[in-house]
Amino acid sequence: MESAQDLELELLVEAIYHSYHYDFRSYARASLRRRLQVAMQRFGCTSLSQLQGRVLHESEIFGELLEYLTVQVSDMFRDPSYFLALREKVVPLLRTYPSLKIWIAGCSTGEEAYSMAILLREEGLLDRSLIYATDINPNALRRAEAGIYDVAKVPDFTSNHRRSGGRSSLSDYYSAAYDRIILDKSLRKHIVFSDHSLATDSVFAEMQLVSCRNVLIYFDRALQSRALDLFYEALCRRGFLGIGLRESLRFSSHADAFAEFVREDRIYQKTGGL
Amino acid sequence: MSWPGRRIDAIAIGASFGGVEALKHVLPALPAGLPVAVFVVLHLPRERESLLGEIFAPLCALRVREVMDKDAVVPGSIYFAPPSYHLLIDRGPQLALSMDDPVEFSRPSVTVLFESVAAVYAEHALGLILTGAGGDGAEGLAAIQREGGLAVVQQPASARMPNMPASALQRISADYVLTLDEIMTLFQSLPTQAQP
Ligand SMILES: C[S@@+](CC[C@H](N)C(=O)[O-])C[C@H]1O[C@@H](n2cnc3c(N)ncnc32)[C@H](O)[C@@H]1O
Repeated sequence: MESAQDLELELLVEAIYHSYHYDFRSYARASLRRRLQVAMQRFGCTSLSQLQGRVLHESEIFGELLEYLTVQVSDMFRDPSYFLALREKVVPLLRTYPSLKIWIAGCSTGEEAYSMAILLREEGLLDRSLIYATDINPNALRRAEAGIYDVAKVPDFTSNHRRSGGRSSLSDYYSAAYDRIILDKSLRKHIVFSDHSLATDSVFAEMQLVSCRNVLIYFDRALQSRALDLFYEALCRRGFLGIGLRESLRFSSHADAFAEFVREDRIYQKTGGL
Repeated sequence: MSWPGRRIDAIAIGASFGGVEALKHVLPALPAGLPVAVFVVLHLPRERESLLGEIFAPLCALRVREVMDKDAVVPGSIYFAPPSYHLLIDRGPQLALSMDDPVEFSRPSVTVLFESVAAVYAEHALGLILTGAGGDGAEGLAAIQREGGLAVVQQPASARMPNMPASALQRISADYVLTLDEIMTLFQSLPTQAQP
Protein backbone atom coordinates (compact mmCIF):
# COMPACT_ATOMS: atom_id res chain seq x y z
CA MET A 1 0.00 0.00 0.00
CA GLU A 2 1.19 3.49 -0.74
CA SER A 3 1.89 5.72 2.21
CA ALA A 4 0.29 9.15 2.44
CA GLN A 5 3.68 10.72 1.62
CA ASP A 6 4.06 8.63 -1.52
CA LEU A 7 0.61 9.62 -2.64
CA GLU A 8 1.28 13.30 -1.97
CA LEU A 9 4.38 13.09 -4.14
CA GLU A 10 2.45 11.44 -6.99
CA LEU A 11 -0.23 14.11 -6.82
CA LEU A 12 2.29 16.94 -6.78
CA VAL A 13 4.10 15.73 -9.90
CA GLU A 14 0.73 15.21 -11.62
CA ALA A 15 -0.24 18.77 -10.72
CA ILE A 16 3.05 20.10 -12.10
CA TYR A 17 2.57 18.12 -15.28
CA HIS A 18 -0.96 19.36 -15.86
CA SER A 19 -0.33 23.01 -15.06
CA TYR A 20 3.22 23.51 -16.32
CA HIS A 21 3.81 20.64 -18.78
CA TYR A 22 7.02 19.57 -17.07
CA ASP A 23 6.88 15.83 -16.66
CA PHE A 24 8.56 14.51 -13.51
CA ARG A 25 6.16 11.60 -13.17
CA SER A 26 8.77 9.02 -14.12
CA TYR A 27 11.71 10.39 -12.19
CA ALA A 28 13.52 8.10 -9.76
CA ARG A 29 11.58 8.45 -6.54
CA ALA A 30 14.20 8.48 -3.78
CA SER A 31 16.22 11.40 -5.11
CA LEU A 32 13.11 13.28 -6.28
CA ARG A 33 11.62 12.96 -2.80
CA ARG A 34 14.79 14.34 -1.26
CA ARG A 35 14.87 17.33 -3.61
CA LEU A 36 11.21 18.05 -2.91
CA GLN A 37 11.85 17.93 0.81
CA VAL A 38 14.54 20.58 0.45
CA ALA A 39 12.12 22.65 -1.65
CA MET A 40 9.39 22.22 0.99
CA GLN A 41 11.67 23.77 3.58
CA ARG A 42 12.64 26.58 1.25
CA PHE A 43 9.00 27.46 0.61
CA GLY A 44 8.07 27.08 4.27
CA CYS A 45 5.65 24.21 3.63
CA THR A 46 5.11 21.40 6.10
CA SER A 47 3.80 18.88 3.57
CA LEU A 48 3.97 18.17 -0.15
CA SER A 49 0.21 18.80 -0.36
CA GLN A 50 0.78 22.29 0.92
CA LEU A 51 3.56 22.79 -1.61
CA GLN A 52 1.19 21.52 -4.31
CA GLY A 53 -1.37 24.16 -3.31
CA ARG A 54 1.19 26.91 -3.61
CA VAL A 55 2.56 25.68 -6.95
CA LEU A 56 -0.94 25.55 -8.41
CA HIS A 57 -1.97 28.98 -7.22
CA GLU A 58 1.26 30.94 -7.45
CA SER A 59 2.73 30.32 -10.86
CA GLU A 60 5.62 32.66 -10.09
CA ILE A 61 7.15 30.14 -7.69
CA PHE A 62 7.32 27.38 -10.25
CA GLY A 63 10.51 28.76 -11.79
CA GLU A 64 12.24 28.53 -8.47
CA LEU A 65 10.84 25.08 -7.74
CA LEU A 66 12.28 23.92 -11.06
CA GLU A 67 15.74 24.79 -9.73
CA TYR A 68 15.15 22.31 -6.94
CA LEU A 69 13.70 19.65 -9.21
CA THR A 70 16.60 19.61 -11.66
CA VAL A 71 20.20 19.26 -10.64
CA GLN A 72 22.72 21.63 -12.15
CA VAL A 73 26.20 20.30 -11.62
CA SER A 74 28.72 19.97 -14.35
CA ASP A 75 32.39 20.35 -15.14
CA MET A 76 34.43 20.78 -18.25
CA PHE A 77 35.87 17.47 -19.40
CA ARG A 78 34.21 15.70 -16.48
CA ASP A 79 35.60 12.14 -16.40
CA PRO A 80 38.64 12.88 -18.57
CA SER A 81 38.93 9.23 -19.60
CA TYR A 82 35.56 9.51 -21.37
CA PHE A 83 36.81 12.41 -23.49
CA LEU A 84 40.11 10.66 -24.07
CA ALA A 85 38.23 7.64 -25.39
CA LEU A 86 36.13 9.86 -27.66
CA ARG A 87 39.28 11.48 -28.96
CA GLU A 88 41.25 8.30 -29.55
CA LYS A 89 38.58 5.83 -30.58
CA VAL A 90 35.52 7.70 -31.83
CA VAL A 91 37.02 10.73 -33.56
CA PRO A 92 38.86 8.63 -36.19
CA LEU A 93 35.48 7.32 -37.33
CA LEU A 94 33.78 10.69 -37.11
CA ARG A 95 36.39 12.01 -39.53
CA THR A 96 34.85 9.91 -42.27
CA TYR A 97 31.65 12.03 -42.28
CA PRO A 98 31.55 15.18 -44.41
CA SER A 99 29.48 16.92 -41.74
CA LEU A 100 28.74 16.08 -38.14
CA LYS A 101 25.79 16.51 -35.86
CA ILE A 102 26.29 15.89 -32.17
CA TRP A 103 23.63 15.96 -29.45
CA ILE A 104 24.47 16.76 -25.84
CA ALA A 105 21.26 15.78 -24.05
CA GLY A 106 20.86 17.28 -20.57
CA CYS A 107 23.63 19.84 -21.09
CA SER A 108 23.00 21.75 -17.86
CA THR A 109 25.08 24.95 -17.79
CA GLY A 110 26.99 24.04 -20.94
CA GLU A 111 30.34 22.71 -19.76
CA GLU A 112 29.95 19.39 -21.58
CA ALA A 113 28.99 21.09 -24.87
CA TYR A 114 31.95 23.48 -24.74
CA SER A 115 34.27 20.60 -23.86
CA MET A 116 33.04 18.76 -26.93
CA ALA A 117 33.56 21.85 -29.07
CA ILE A 118 37.13 22.29 -27.83
CA LEU A 119 37.87 18.62 -28.44
CA LEU A 120 36.51 18.87 -31.98
CA ARG A 121 38.50 22.05 -32.62
CA GLU A 122 41.67 20.32 -31.46
CA GLU A 123 40.92 17.41 -33.74
CA GLY A 124 40.24 19.72 -36.67
CA LEU A 125 36.56 18.75 -36.90
CA LEU A 126 34.74 21.70 -35.39
CA ASP A 127 34.29 23.57 -38.66
CA ARG A 128 32.13 20.81 -40.05
CA SER A 129 30.26 20.17 -36.81
CA LEU A 130 27.03 21.34 -35.28
CA ILE A 131 26.44 20.58 -31.61
CA TYR A 132 22.87 20.54 -30.33
CA ALA A 133 22.87 21.02 -26.57
CA THR A 134 19.51 20.58 -24.88
CA ASP A 135 18.05 20.78 -21.41
CA ILE A 136 14.74 21.48 -19.67
CA ASN A 137 16.03 24.11 -17.26
CA PRO A 138 15.73 27.58 -18.85
CA ASN A 139 18.13 29.16 -16.37
CA ALA A 140 20.79 26.57 -17.06
CA LEU A 141 20.35 27.12 -20.81
CA ARG A 142 20.77 30.88 -20.38
CA ARG A 143 23.98 30.36 -18.45
CA ALA A 144 25.16 27.85 -21.03
CA GLU A 145 24.62 30.39 -23.81
CA ALA A 146 26.61 32.99 -21.91
CA GLY A 147 29.52 30.56 -21.46
CA ILE A 148 30.69 32.32 -18.31
CA TYR A 149 32.16 30.29 -15.45
CA ASP A 150 33.68 30.87 -12.06
CA VAL A 151 37.42 31.31 -12.26
CA ALA A 152 37.77 29.08 -9.20
CA LYS A 153 36.84 26.10 -11.38
CA VAL A 154 39.64 26.71 -13.86
CA PRO A 155 42.30 24.57 -12.14
CA ASP A 156 39.98 21.54 -12.24
CA PHE A 157 38.87 22.28 -15.80
CA THR A 158 42.51 22.62 -16.87
CA SER A 159 43.65 19.40 -15.27
CA ASN A 160 40.63 17.52 -16.68
CA HIS A 161 41.36 18.92 -20.13
CA ARG A 162 44.97 17.84 -19.95
CA ARG A 163 44.02 14.34 -18.82
CA SER A 164 41.50 14.12 -21.66
CA GLY A 165 44.43 14.26 -24.09
CA GLY A 166 44.05 17.99 -24.83
CA ARG A 167 46.61 19.09 -27.37
CA SER A 168 46.35 22.79 -26.72
CA SER A 169 46.16 24.92 -23.64
CA LEU A 170 42.67 25.40 -22.24
CA SER A 171 43.54 29.07 -21.74
CA ASP A 172 43.47 29.48 -25.53
CA TYR A 173 39.69 29.13 -25.32
CA TYR A 174 38.70 31.65 -22.68
CA SER A 175 39.50 35.13 -21.47
CA ALA A 176 39.50 35.92 -17.77
CA ALA A 177 37.92 38.98 -16.23
CA TYR A 178 37.87 39.43 -12.46
CA ASP A 179 36.48 36.25 -10.96
CA ARG A 180 35.00 34.89 -14.19
CA ILE A 181 36.12 33.31 -17.40
CA ILE A 182 34.24 33.71 -20.63
CA LEU A 183 34.56 31.10 -23.33
CA ASP A 184 35.56 31.99 -26.85
CA LYS A 185 32.65 33.03 -29.08
CA SER A 186 34.07 31.01 -31.96
CA LEU A 187 33.13 27.83 -30.05
CA ARG A 188 29.66 29.14 -29.38
CA LYS A 189 29.00 29.53 -33.13
CA HIS A 190 28.96 25.75 -33.50
CA ILE A 191 26.56 25.09 -30.63
CA VAL A 192 22.78 25.44 -30.64
CA PHE A 193 21.36 25.50 -27.14
CA SER A 194 17.70 24.69 -26.87
CA ASP A 195 14.88 23.56 -24.67
CA HIS A 196 14.10 19.87 -25.12
CA SER A 197 12.76 17.28 -22.69
CA LEU A 198 13.72 13.63 -22.91
CA ALA A 199 10.44 12.93 -21.12
CA THR A 200 8.04 14.60 -23.53
CA ASP A 201 9.74 15.70 -26.77
CA SER A 202 10.81 13.75 -29.82
CA VAL A 203 13.80 13.42 -32.11
CA PHE A 204 14.73 16.53 -34.14
CA ALA A 205 17.72 15.58 -36.32
CA GLU A 206 19.96 12.72 -37.34
CA MET A 207 23.13 12.51 -35.23
CA GLN A 208 26.50 10.83 -35.49
CA LEU A 209 27.12 11.10 -31.76
CA VAL A 210 24.82 11.48 -28.75
CA SER A 211 26.30 12.22 -25.34
CA CYS A 212 23.89 12.00 -22.43
CA ARG A 213 25.74 11.85 -19.17
CA ASN A 214 24.41 11.83 -15.63
CA VAL A 215 20.88 12.53 -16.73
CA LEU A 216 19.53 8.97 -16.93
CA ILE A 217 20.26 8.50 -13.21
CA TYR A 218 17.38 10.87 -12.48
CA PHE A 219 14.91 8.73 -14.43
CA ASP A 220 13.14 5.52 -13.50
CA ARG A 221 13.60 2.49 -15.75
CA ALA A 222 10.60 3.31 -17.94
CA LEU A 223 11.75 6.85 -18.64
CA GLN A 224 15.33 5.67 -19.19
CA SER A 225 13.93 3.37 -21.82
CA ARG A 226 12.05 6.25 -23.47
CA ALA A 227 15.19 8.40 -23.58
CA LEU A 228 17.29 5.57 -24.97
CA ASP A 229 14.68 4.96 -27.65
CA LEU A 230 15.02 8.60 -28.68
CA PHE A 231 18.79 8.23 -28.94
CA TYR A 232 18.39 5.09 -30.99
CA GLU A 233 16.06 6.87 -33.37
CA ALA A 234 18.27 9.96 -33.59
CA LEU A 235 21.48 8.10 -34.34
CA CYS A 236 22.60 7.30 -37.83
CA ARG A 237 23.67 3.77 -38.60
CA ARG A 238 26.90 3.06 -36.70
CA GLY A 239 26.43 6.27 -34.73
CA PHE A 240 27.81 6.56 -31.20
CA LEU A 241 26.19 6.94 -27.81
CA GLY A 242 28.05 7.93 -24.63
CA ILE A 243 26.46 7.80 -21.18
CA GLY A 244 27.59 8.37 -17.58
CA LEU A 245 30.12 6.03 -16.00
CA ARG A 246 27.55 4.53 -13.61
CA GLU A 247 24.70 4.30 -16.11
CA SER A 248 23.73 1.39 -18.32
CA LEU A 249 21.66 0.61 -21.40
CA ARG A 250 19.88 -2.35 -19.92
CA PHE A 251 16.50 -0.70 -19.76
CA SER A 252 16.39 0.21 -23.42
CA SER A 253 14.12 -1.79 -25.64
CA HIS A 254 16.93 -1.43 -28.19
CA ALA A 255 19.68 -2.60 -25.83
CA ASP A 256 20.66 -5.31 -28.31
CA ALA A 257 21.13 -2.77 -31.05
CA PHE A 258 23.94 -1.01 -29.20
CA ALA A 259 27.32 -2.73 -29.07
CA GLU A 260 29.91 -1.84 -26.47
CA PHE A 261 32.50 0.29 -28.19
CA VAL A 262 34.62 1.43 -25.25
CA ARG A 263 33.34 -0.54 -22.31
CA GLU A 264 35.04 1.25 -19.39
CA ASP A 265 33.92 4.64 -20.65
CA ARG A 266 30.36 3.65 -21.51
CA ILE A 267 30.58 4.41 -25.19
CA TYR A 268 28.33 2.36 -27.47
CA GLN A 269 27.84 2.03 -31.19
CA LYS A 270 24.52 1.52 -32.87
CA THR A 271 24.65 -1.67 -34.85
CA GLY A 272 21.27 -2.93 -35.97
CA GLY A 273 18.54 -1.21 -37.92
CA LEU A 274 18.69 0.43 -41.27
CA MET B 1 25.89 -9.48 22.65
CA SER B 2 22.76 -11.16 21.42
CA TRP B 3 20.63 -10.50 18.42
CA PRO B 4 17.33 -8.69 19.01
CA GLY B 5 15.39 -11.31 17.07
CA ARG B 6 14.00 -9.27 14.27
CA ARG B 7 14.59 -9.72 10.57
CA ILE B 8 17.21 -7.37 9.17
CA ASP B 9 17.28 -6.96 5.37
CA ALA B 10 19.63 -4.01 5.07
CA ILE B 11 22.63 -2.71 6.96
CA ALA B 12 23.65 0.86 6.15
CA ILE B 13 27.05 2.03 7.35
CA GLY B 14 28.55 5.51 7.42
CA ALA B 15 32.15 6.38 8.23
CA SER B 16 34.76 8.96 7.42
CA PHE B 17 38.18 9.54 8.96
CA GLY B 18 39.54 6.18 10.15
CA GLY B 19 36.75 4.40 8.33
CA VAL B 20 38.83 2.03 6.22
CA GLU B 21 40.43 0.51 9.32
CA ALA B 22 37.10 0.25 11.15
CA LEU B 23 35.44 -1.37 8.14
CA LYS B 24 38.27 -3.90 7.91
CA HIS B 25 37.03 -5.14 11.25
CA VAL B 26 33.29 -5.04 10.82
CA LEU B 27 32.68 -6.03 7.18
CA PRO B 28 34.61 -9.32 7.32
CA ALA B 29 32.57 -10.22 10.42
CA LEU B 30 29.44 -10.55 8.30
CA PRO B 31 28.98 -14.29 7.80
CA ALA B 32 28.67 -16.03 4.44
CA GLY B 33 25.08 -16.76 3.51
CA LEU B 34 23.74 -13.71 5.30
CA PRO B 35 20.63 -12.66 3.36
CA VAL B 36 21.26 -8.98 3.99
CA ALA B 37 22.27 -6.13 1.68
CA VAL B 38 25.02 -3.88 3.03
CA PHE B 39 25.39 -0.27 1.86
CA VAL B 40 28.43 1.77 2.80
CA VAL B 41 29.20 5.47 2.52
CA LEU B 42 32.81 6.23 3.33
CA HIS B 43 34.13 9.76 2.90
CA LEU B 44 37.52 9.57 1.30
CA PRO B 45 39.71 11.68 -0.92
CA ARG B 46 38.35 11.26 -4.41
CA GLU B 47 41.19 9.18 -5.83
CA ARG B 48 41.03 6.52 -3.16
CA GLU B 49 37.31 5.82 -3.11
CA SER B 50 37.32 3.83 -6.29
CA LEU B 51 39.74 1.33 -4.78
CA LEU B 52 37.40 0.25 -2.01
CA GLY B 53 36.12 -2.73 -3.94
CA GLU B 54 39.63 -4.05 -4.47
CA ILE B 55 40.53 -3.58 -0.80
CA PHE B 56 37.45 -5.25 0.63
CA ALA B 57 36.47 -7.98 -1.81
CA PRO B 58 39.25 -10.36 -0.68
CA LEU B 59 38.49 -9.75 3.00
CA CYS B 60 34.74 -10.32 3.03
CA ALA B 61 32.53 -13.39 2.93
CA LEU B 62 29.79 -11.33 1.31
CA ARG B 63 30.21 -10.32 -2.30
CA VAL B 64 31.35 -6.77 -3.00
CA ARG B 65 29.42 -5.55 -6.03
CA GLU B 66 29.95 -2.54 -8.21
CA VAL B 67 27.18 0.03 -7.90
CA MET B 68 25.37 0.67 -11.17
CA ASP B 69 22.34 2.93 -11.30
CA LYS B 70 18.98 1.07 -11.18
CA ASP B 71 20.54 -2.33 -10.49
CA ALA B 72 18.34 -4.54 -8.35
CA VAL B 73 19.70 -4.94 -4.82
CA VAL B 74 21.02 -8.47 -4.31
CA PRO B 75 20.89 -9.75 -0.70
CA GLY B 76 24.26 -10.97 0.51
CA SER B 77 26.11 -8.13 -1.23
CA ILE B 78 28.16 -5.17 -0.09
CA TYR B 79 27.81 -1.92 -2.05
CA PHE B 80 30.10 1.09 -1.68
CA ALA B 81 28.78 4.50 -2.75
CA PRO B 82 30.86 5.54 -5.78
CA PRO B 83 33.02 8.68 -5.60
CA SER B 84 31.13 11.97 -6.16
CA TYR B 85 27.65 10.40 -6.30
CA HIS B 86 25.03 10.10 -3.61
CA LEU B 87 23.90 6.50 -3.23
CA LEU B 88 20.20 6.02 -2.51
CA ILE B 89 17.99 2.96 -2.29
CA ASP B 90 14.75 3.15 -4.19
CA ARG B 91 11.70 0.95 -4.08
CA GLY B 92 12.26 -2.47 -5.65
CA PRO B 93 14.64 -2.35 -3.88
CA GLN B 94 17.06 -0.96 -6.42
CA LEU B 95 20.18 1.19 -6.37
CA ALA B 96 19.87 4.82 -7.38
CA LEU B 97 22.54 7.46 -7.82
CA SER B 98 22.31 11.22 -7.84
CA MET B 99 24.61 14.20 -8.27
CA ASP B 100 22.54 16.48 -6.08
CA ASP B 101 24.31 19.05 -3.93
CA PRO B 102 26.52 17.79 -1.14
CA VAL B 103 24.75 17.26 2.19
CA GLU B 104 26.77 18.03 5.34
CA PHE B 105 29.58 18.97 2.95
CA SER B 106 29.59 15.41 1.66
CA ARG B 107 28.80 13.63 -1.57
CA PRO B 108 28.28 10.77 -1.08
CA SER B 109 26.44 11.61 2.12
CA VAL B 110 25.61 9.15 4.89
CA THR B 111 22.38 10.97 5.69
CA VAL B 112 21.15 10.76 2.09
CA LEU B 113 21.78 7.01 2.01
CA PHE B 114 20.25 6.40 5.45
CA GLU B 115 17.07 8.38 4.75
CA SER B 116 16.43 6.39 1.60
CA VAL B 117 17.15 3.11 3.41
CA ALA B 118 14.73 4.12 6.18
CA ALA B 119 11.98 4.77 3.64
CA VAL B 120 12.43 1.44 1.85
CA TYR B 121 13.38 -0.99 4.63
CA ALA B 122 11.65 0.57 7.69
CA GLU B 123 11.97 -1.78 10.69
CA HIS B 124 14.12 -4.19 8.70
CA ALA B 125 16.98 -1.67 8.47
CA LEU B 126 20.01 -1.33 10.69
CA GLY B 127 22.03 1.90 10.56
CA LEU B 128 25.58 2.06 11.89
CA ILE B 129 27.74 5.15 12.38
CA LEU B 130 31.46 4.52 12.72
CA THR B 131 34.49 6.73 13.29
CA GLY B 132 34.66 10.07 11.52
CA ALA B 133 34.90 13.81 11.54
CA GLY B 134 31.88 15.99 11.02
CA GLY B 135 28.20 15.41 11.59
CA ASP B 136 27.08 13.58 8.45
CA GLY B 137 24.77 10.66 9.23
CA ALA B 138 23.15 11.92 12.44
CA GLU B 139 19.95 12.99 10.66
CA GLY B 140 19.92 9.82 8.61
CA LEU B 141 20.28 7.59 11.64
CA ALA B 142 17.40 9.44 13.24
CA ALA B 143 15.31 8.66 10.14
CA ILE B 144 16.15 4.95 10.38
CA GLN B 145 15.11 4.90 14.02
CA ARG B 146 11.93 6.90 13.33
CA GLU B 147 10.86 4.32 10.72
CA GLY B 148 11.37 1.54 13.26
CA GLY B 149 14.88 0.41 12.29
CA LEU B 150 17.81 -0.18 14.62
CA ALA B 151 20.30 2.59 15.33
CA VAL B 152 23.82 1.43 16.19
CA VAL B 153 26.70 3.79 16.95
CA GLN B 154 30.35 3.08 17.55
CA GLN B 155 31.27 4.11 21.10
CA PRO B 156 32.88 7.51 20.50
CA ALA B 157 35.71 6.97 22.99
CA SER B 158 36.74 3.83 21.11
CA ALA B 159 36.62 5.47 17.68
CA ARG B 160 39.67 6.75 15.85
CA MET B 161 37.76 10.01 15.41
CA PRO B 162 34.85 10.44 17.84
CA ASN B 163 32.96 13.35 16.21
CA MET B 164 30.69 11.51 13.84
CA PRO B 165 29.46 8.91 16.36
CA ALA B 166 29.22 11.61 19.03
CA SER B 167 27.04 13.85 16.89
CA ALA B 168 24.77 10.89 16.12
CA LEU B 169 24.43 10.29 19.86
CA GLN B 170 23.63 13.94 20.41
CA ARG B 171 20.80 13.66 17.91
CA ILE B 172 19.21 10.41 19.11
CA SER B 173 19.49 7.80 21.79
CA ALA B 174 20.86 4.82 19.92
CA ASP B 175 19.65 1.25 20.37
CA TYR B 176 23.26 0.08 20.75
CA VAL B 177 26.50 1.95 21.49
CA LEU B 178 29.29 -0.55 20.87
CA THR B 179 33.03 -0.96 20.43
CA LEU B 180 34.33 -2.42 17.17
CA ASP B 181 34.73 -5.82 18.83
CA GLU B 182 31.15 -5.75 20.03
CA ILE B 183 29.94 -4.73 16.57
CA MET B 184 31.82 -7.70 15.14
CA THR B 185 30.16 -10.03 17.64
CA LEU B 186 26.77 -8.55 16.80
CA PHE B 187 27.37 -9.06 13.08
CA GLN B 188 28.64 -12.61 13.56
CA SER B 189 25.45 -13.45 15.43
CA LEU B 190 23.14 -12.33 12.62
CA PRO B 191 20.94 -15.21 11.52
CA THR B 192 22.17 -16.51 8.17
CA GLN B 193 18.72 -17.76 7.17
CA ALA B 194 15.82 -15.38 6.75
CA GLN B 195 13.58 -15.85 9.77
CA PRO B 196 9.92 -16.68 9.29
C1 LIG C 1 23.71 16.42 -13.46
S1 LIG C 1 23.27 17.39 -14.87
C2 LIG C 1 24.32 16.67 -16.10
C3 LIG C 1 25.16 17.69 -16.82
C4 LIG C 1 26.16 17.16 -17.84
N1 LIG C 1 25.55 16.27 -18.82
C5 LIG C 1 27.31 16.46 -17.16
O1 LIG C 1 27.38 15.24 -17.12
O2 LIG C 1 28.18 17.17 -16.63
C6 LIG C 1 21.64 16.78 -15.27
C7 LIG C 1 20.88 17.66 -16.24
O3 LIG C 1 19.77 16.94 -16.78
C8 LIG C 1 18.73 17.87 -17.01
N2 LIG C 1 17.46 17.17 -17.16
C9 LIG C 1 16.65 16.70 -16.19
N3 LIG C 1 15.54 16.16 -16.73
C10 LIG C 1 15.65 16.29 -18.08
C11 LIG C 1 14.80 15.94 -19.18
N4 LIG C 1 13.62 15.36 -18.98
N5 LIG C 1 15.22 16.23 -20.43
C12 LIG C 1 16.43 16.84 -20.62
N6 LIG C 1 17.25 17.19 -19.63
C13 LIG C 1 16.87 16.93 -18.36
C14 LIG C 1 18.81 18.78 -15.80
O4 LIG C 1 18.14 20.00 -15.99
C15 LIG C 1 20.33 18.92 -15.63
O5 LIG C 1 20.78 20.03 -16.32
